[in-house]
Amino acid sequence: MSLLSMFRRQPRPSAEAARERLQILLAHERAGLNGAEFLPQMQRELIEVIRKYVQVDDDRVQVSLDNDGNISVLEVNIELPTAAPKRPV
Amino acid sequence: MAKVIVVTSGKGGVGKTTTSAAIATGLAQRGHKTVIIDFDVGLRNVDLIMGCERRVVYDFINVINGDAKLSQALIKDKRVETLFILATSQTRDKDALTEDGVKRVIDELKTQFDYIVCDSPAGIERGAFLAMYFADEAVVVANPEVSSVRDADRMIGLVTSKSARAEKGEPLPQHLLLTRYDAERVEKGEMLRLEDVQEILAVPLLGVVPECPSVLQASNVGMPVILDEGSPAAKAYAAAVSRILGETVEMVIPKVAKRGLFDRLLRRSA
Repeated sequence: MSLLSMFRRQPRPSAEAARERLQILLAHERAGLNGAEFLPQMQRELIEVIRKYVQVDDDRVQVSLDNDGNISVLEVNIELPTAAPKRPV
Repeated sequence: MAKVIVVTSGKGGVGKTTTSAAIATGLAQRGHKTVIIDFDVGLRNVDLIMGCERRVVYDFINVINGDAKLSQALIKDKRVETLFILATSQTRDKDALTEDGVKRVIDELKTQFDYIVCDSPAGIERGAFLAMYFADEAVVVANPEVSSVRDADRMIGLVTSKSARAEKGEPLPQHLLLTRYDAERVEKGEMLRLEDVQEILAVPLLGVVPECPSVLQASNVGMPVILDEGSPAAKAYAAAVSRILGETVEMVIPKVAKRGLFDRLLRRSA
């Protein structure tokens, strides 16, 4: 068994995952880019701005921050109602 | 000139008190008059690790409040001539530690001691803040584990920006002490490597203390582990103490004992 297992592909060591996760996380924490603090406030303000033009429900606007490697993606998802938007005055 | 050393980590259970006790004892063994102060008000443990829990009459908080003189609260170690312990109180009063009070006690200790070792509580509350605020040097203890490394990073940031030295624009050297390092698990890829932690935290390395049964055994009997001479942990702490004293000591990184080919083939999956 042990001789055979030598030839099997080894799974990725978990320590490697630990190092990568930490590097990404700490780079963000050091830059003060935690997101958690300003996201809810930003979501409220975005909804206010969108409401000036389009009737949307609070839960139709999703804001999320995703860290992937060296890139941070701020995703804003607005679901517009099927009815035609109000014409701006 | 007296030097204040804080032993801190952010996360609990990584070995702050073990390290404080070992470093204070090591400095005293080398002839320096040293005191170890417990900043963990409410959850004191330095007395237990140092084996003097039954000799505590007055503590740090009594001195701060003026209920006792410093000389009454200092407990003289029975093993090392130049070592003293300042235990803390079991009070649940969170405001027992005051910045003024701590400063007064540390200033008075500075006139009598060469080294003042401050054992910080976990967290980043008042006790942890005051433990590092008056420091001239910081020892940041971490385990090769994600949450500990993250908290150590937070702590390094706090010491860099919020200590008295930082506020005055004076340098405050910080050192990393990696504890509970298990070379076997590192080799298997199950534990963060020393190089990884060093690269992530980017502060100079004070030492690597291997995972070692003597740490628990020493705490069982109230003896700082550095006195268990010959044990791997004691050797690592003794080397760390030498580095604090400015000596150049070769850094010994724990390694897995070499095994023969036959042995390796058989144990590969063990």
